[in-house]
Amino acid sequence: MKYIPTIGVECHVQLRTKTKLFSEVDNDARGKEPNSCVSPVDYALPGMLPRLNGEAIKLAILAGRAMNCEINALSRFDRKHYFYPDSPKGYQITQFYHPIIGAGYVELPSGTKVRIEHAHLEGDAGKLTHFDTYSLVDLNRVDTPLIEIVSMPDIHSAKDVHDYCKELWRLMCYAGVTYGDLYNGNMRFDVNISLAPEGSKELGTRAEIKNLNSFRSAERAAEFEIKRQTKILESGEKVKQETRGWSDATGKTSPQRSKEEAKDYRYMPEPDIPPINLSKDFIDKESAKLPLMPKDYRKKFNKTISADILEVLLDYPELMKKLGEVEEKHTKNISNLFSSVLLAEEKSAEYLNDLPSAKDLNELAEMNEKKELSSTSTKEVFLRLFDPQMKTHGAKQIAKELGLIQENDLGALEKIVDIVLAKPETQKAQADFKAGEEKVIGFLVGQVMKESHGKANPSAVQEILRKKLA
Amino acid sequence: MKIANKKVTAERLVRDALEKAKHFEDYHIFTFIDEEGALKKAREIDTKIAKGEKVGRLAGVPYALKDNFLSPRGETRASALMLEGFTSPVTATSVKKLEDEGAIMIGRTNMDAFAHGSSTENSYYGPTLNSHDRERVAGGSSGGSAVAVALDIVEFATGSDTGGSIRQPASFNGIYGLKPTYGCISRYGVVAMASSTDCIGFFTKTLEDMDLLMSIASGRDDKDMTTLPDFYEKSEGYTDKKMRIGVIREFDNDSVDQNIREALKKKIDLLKSKGHEIVELDMPALKYGLAAYYILVPAEVASNLSRHDGVRYGFRSENSKDLDSLYENSRSEGFMPENKRRIMIGNFVLSSGFYDAYFLKAAKARTLIVKEYEQAFSKCDFILTPVSPNPAFKLGEKVNDPVAMYLEDVMSVSLNLAGVPGLAIPAGETKDGISLGLQLVGPRRSDKCLIEFAKELQ
Repeated sequence: MKYIPTIGVECHVQLRTKTKLFSEVDNDARGKEPNSCVSPVDYALPGMLPRLNGEAIKLAILAGRAMNCEINALSRFDRKHYFYPDSPKGYQITQFYHPIIGAGYVELPSGTKVRIEHAHLEGDAGKLTHFDTYSLVDLNRVDTPLIEIVSMPDIHSAKDVHDYCKELWRLMCYAGVTYGDLYNGNMRFDVNISLAPEGSKELGTRAEIKNLNSFRSAERAAEFEIKRQTKILESGEKVKQETRGWSDATGKTSPQRSKEEAKDYRYMPEPDIPPINLSKDFIDKESAKLPLMPKDYRKKFNKTISADILEVLLDYPELMKKLGEVEEKHTKNISNLFSSVLLAEEKSAEYLNDLPSAKDLNELAEMNEKKELSSTSTKEVFLRLFDPQMKTHGAKQIAKELGLIQENDLGALEKIVDIVLAKPETQKAQADFKAGEEKVIGFLVGQVMKESHGKANPSAVQEILRKKLA
Repeated sequence: MKIANKKVTAERLVRDALEKAKHFEDYHIFTFIDEEGALKKAREIDTKIAKGEKVGRLAGVPYALKDNFLSPRGETRASALMLEGFTSPVTATSVKKLEDEGAIMIGRTNMDAFAHGSSTENSYYGPTLNSHDRERVAGGSSGGSAVAVALDIVEFATGSDTGGSIRQPASFNGIYGLKPTYGCISRYGVVAMASSTDCIGFFTKTLEDMDLLMSIASGRDDKDMTTLPDFYEKSEGYTDKKMRIGVIREFDNDSVDQNIREALKKKIDLLKSKGHEIVELDMPALKYGLAAYYILVPAEVASNLSRHDGVRYGFRSENSKDLDSLYENSRSEGFMPENKRRIMIGNFVLSSGFYDAYFLKAAKARTLIVKEYEQAFSKCDFILTPVSPNPAFKLGEKVNDPVAMYLEDVMSVSLNLAGVPGLAIPAGETKDGISLGLQLVGPRRSDKCLIEFAKELQ
């Protein structure tokens, strides 16, 4: 019997607000001392009250619109209760009954649509580090704003799990709602998988794999889980409904404490935060700030940039934004520089944050297209545009300073060719060429290039040589 | 109230208050007295006065702070073992506003632990005695604050009122006690009992003092999203016009103490003699008030007390050996029996499978009560009712009968559910000298007019 997997994904996205969801302390704790970004509110001293960060509401609207979702005019916060040292209040403030983001969908590059059930705002938990006889608590991450995106069970393969996670990541980065730094846990995925016999209308029992922090892990975990559940079903046994963890090292999922399962979170409306009422005007105004999305760029560049290069570049919203700014006739040229030069650089991550201006890129492409710059020189000038010492000079000036401008003036080139042809060391080559030895033309071009200190346009030189030696 | 000036120094006022506090020590009014800190502040104000510098509207006025207000001075304990050793790094907004005007806190007052109670008998420190009869309860939960003002130790005291915790002890001790409109005074920095009903208010001996304190402490606070935009100062006061005063028919029955019914009747006659109109009201939804209150409030209590887990501050049981026993033992040992009772009720009504039947149903009853008050205030300007069915009861009389204790709140809790203001006013004494009190209830945001109109009842 063939079994069809049915998969839904829950994704937590950390929002890039300046301050936390309910307090005024710094939301970006990267590289900071443990417990240094914690206010009395986050620490849950008695008598402290949450103060909702309006920036998070605006980012939630953008995130929702990026996924073609309805934005709910009325939303509320609720308390989700549980005792654990990562939760100082003893509850998480989330949106259980009335989320801010309603139904929508995400379209994968393959064209598959995954529907979004809803997405809601909530505060993140702190972090625990366990040792033999004790555990350490770091509350820096407490109440970092998150949106949790809940998909419908529309995914049926491990590859689509990968593509969905990646597309979500792209959407959130393009919308500018998150730093999208997966290594630092800015996005985390929970994958729900069940298997059912082909043609069956009922879904099977599902397992949830929690806390996957990369697309690849999500894909591999899904692959493993499909195999594991298939084996169980084929042997006539039943899949247990449970939460499982994934290990990248072993490539396996394994059950987590079943105690988690029996939890009753005793949800209750959050009485310290009044309901959020968003006017249509406000939602429209904020929605209008949504930048171009991957699908918009695919449409925009489908004639100028090849599909495989475009899919590579789409992983870098900064590059797409820049490509959108340069003149359309240069986009192909610049996209090649981005994909083959910039992304190959060791420091590319650093470079992405400090891209040259559209003006410089236009100039550079222009010079290359007019053959004033050879392709090698174009790459060199391009890289100098990231050099803090030189970048301010502009593309044209850099090309001049480095003496890379090619000589295209035919009259001037002829003079140089004449000098070279008069030199005794070229006489034999000239004779050989006239006698039909085609390949020595390379030697002669080289001599002219040398005489011009590399500034001559080699194809123009060859043309002149052929004329003179004919 | 007496304010420090060139003739009467702040130091004199504070020393008098401290002496009186010492004199009444055996009433168990204070859980902490900061003699040194209070005198230091007094001298600072006196120096300013001597130099002719501007001082605040409460310059040198000694006051008492209910033990659930956060201030770096002394441990903020909410009269519970659970907060043992907790010194707050932050100051409550209301405290800051009072102190910015020169008020001087001389000490913290006793209360039912975490404000759970109607007699101050649930305090970790033991009960406070009634100012008029030492064998009777002070009322609660703000019992210490009420007695501190009634015995004239301080000019005013702060309180918090979740279901009657200001009005009832005020009436048990023959003074004024105001529960303002919900959201009128910031809750920031007051140990939360039930967020949707908690109100910060005051005990005073005069209506003028109450008005002054309200104009200082009220107002929008960015740190408390549930505060209302400033309205107190801007709202209309009382202008000698004839008012329509409602009396609730459902509250006039044999289960109400005869002395209280007579006191109410006397005040009604007084109002009539001054030309005000008396309107009889039927408010049938109020009978659901107590049941709804004892579902909704414990739910919020259970939630708000979750943060007391022995991990970060306050009490931690020494008998803990792992995380679960740390939680279990710290909370079992740190909370009083009444705290635990409410936490259990609260967790029960929020449990999956019971939420709709209890919490949601109670929330609907609350909506009915809100509407009923709105309707009532279309027929009258204010409502006059008892605060509680009985005057101050004997110490120990109800402490082992929680339901009897809860029933004492039957006339006070519906105001908290509706968010409307209520002012407890003195209404004489029984022949045995036990204080009697009534409450004047107004529509939301009528606080100023309510206080000013109350002089018609003197």
